[in-house]
Amino acid sequence: MYEQIAANRRKTIVLIVGAIVLLGAVGYVLGLLYATGPVGVVGAVALATVMSVGSYFAGDKLVLASTRARLVTQEEQPRLHNIVEGLSIAAGIPKPKVYVVPEQALNAFATGRNPEHASVAVTEGLLGALNRVELEGVVGHELAHVVDRDILVGTVVATLVGAIVLISEFFMRTWWWGGVRGRRGNDRSGGGPEAIIFAIGLVLLVLAPIIGQVIRLAVSRNREFLADAQGAMLTRYPPGLAAALRKIAVGASIPMRSANNATAHLWLNQPSRVQGEGMGPLEKLFSTHPPIEERIRRLEEM
Amino acid sequence: MLWLWIGLGIVGVLLVVAIWIYNRLVALRNRVDNGWSQIDVQLRRRYDLIPNLVSTVQGYATHERELFESVTEARARAIEATAVPDQADAENQITRGVRQLLAVAENYPDLKANENFLALQEELTGTESKIAYARQFYNDQVMRLNTLIGSFPSSLIAGAFRFGEREFFNIEEPVRGPTTVEFPG
Repeated sequence: MYEQIAANRRKTIVLIVGAIVLLGAVGYVLGLLYATGPVGVVGAVALATVMSVGSYFAGDKLVLASTRARLVTQEEQPRLHNIVEGLSIAAGIPKPKVYVVPEQALNAFATGRNPEHASVAVTEGLLGALNRVELEGVVGHELAHVVDRDILVGTVVATLVGAIVLISEFFMRTWWWGGVRGRRGNDRSGGGPEAIIFAIGLVLLVLAPIIGQVIRLAVSRNREFLADAQGAMLTRYPPGLAAALRKIAVGASIPMRSANNATAHLWLNQPSRVQGEGMGPLEKLFSTHPPIEERIRRLEEM
Repeated sequence: MLWLWIGLGIVGVLLVVAIWIYNRLVALRNRVDNGWSQIDVQLRRRYDLIPNLVSTVQGYATHERELFESVTEARARAIEATAVPDQADAENQITRGVRQLLAVAENYPDLKANENFLALQEELTGTESKIAYARQFYNDQVMRLNTLIGSFPSSLIAGAFRFGEREFFNIEEPVRGPTTVEFPG
């Protein structure tokens, strides 16, 4: 359990460093092409930061509204409230607000920028299908996201990838509409190594947004594994979450009305898609969540 | 002159490390205290629920007198206890008693259908697990504090400012699994 947690933490750091390096490389190429120096990167990072800060502070309200989640009281949902309160005690955080999403699909999510502003939401379907121990496993996973500040991690990664996309977009548009001016005109006569560097830079700029997305999704999958392991640390009972995931895998075909790509990464399991054996390597690369069987296997190893 | 600066630099670094360790000790001590008060809150919640449970079950299960008396007696003992081991012992007796009371209910269909009882059952099960989680948090923090106090060089700071090791709170693990209530023997 401890090894899994440490390994997942290291992997997140490696991925974030990778995104920073990619941003640096893209910015460097841009600087070469337009002779702007670091201004281009700084501008892109600033713009992406402005875009992300909004989602960091208001994201929880947006997500709760878009899923039509309803705040429930202790009297309405005593079992869920007791479980959330108990696990918050175990995690040493304030008790988050408790929401129920009117969906029959089996799923849950946590949101909020820090433990003081956290919310946990579960679907009606989940409440009906899981017993106490399984529900504890799920809530433990969600509280682990809160403790790990995964919303912050997600925001940082989204900002980095956003800046990369902005730079690449800018390049493509100006290139398309007017050709690259500045240094390129002078270097043309040089040929040889200059041309090769230029070609590599071009390829990098075109591929960077895709690589950036792949990194972002890898971080997302990585954080899911981390939350599974840490959730199990809270409940001290990995089979609880494993049993819940098994039920969720069986019920994965129940569609979710409020599912969309913008919120897919937040849920306990990727909403409304067929999981499992059919997942090829390419599909795995572009998923927000690891395959559910793999998660169950890791929980059973703890 | 150079040596003076080097000396000052070393003293400065040592001071920063000492302050960091001291703050860490204070933070952990506060968390241990906070953990203890969490346990206390949940135990009190259980003391409050027990008379309710006893009177509700009594109405249906008249010949479980011994059980009622044992739980009530343990509750009184736990409330009065001053030493941690005494209290832990009484709490364990309460845990077993409550578990048996809830199990007894299985034999009385009328009781099981009683809404008041069902609400009480959820509250007690919830409180039992909160006690367990509070204990888990408390013991985790005690372990961290004791490790810091016991290891070098933080032991020097802990000694100078009289940070003492804390005692673990050992009570029984709750039963985990789909059936939270089991009839012993």
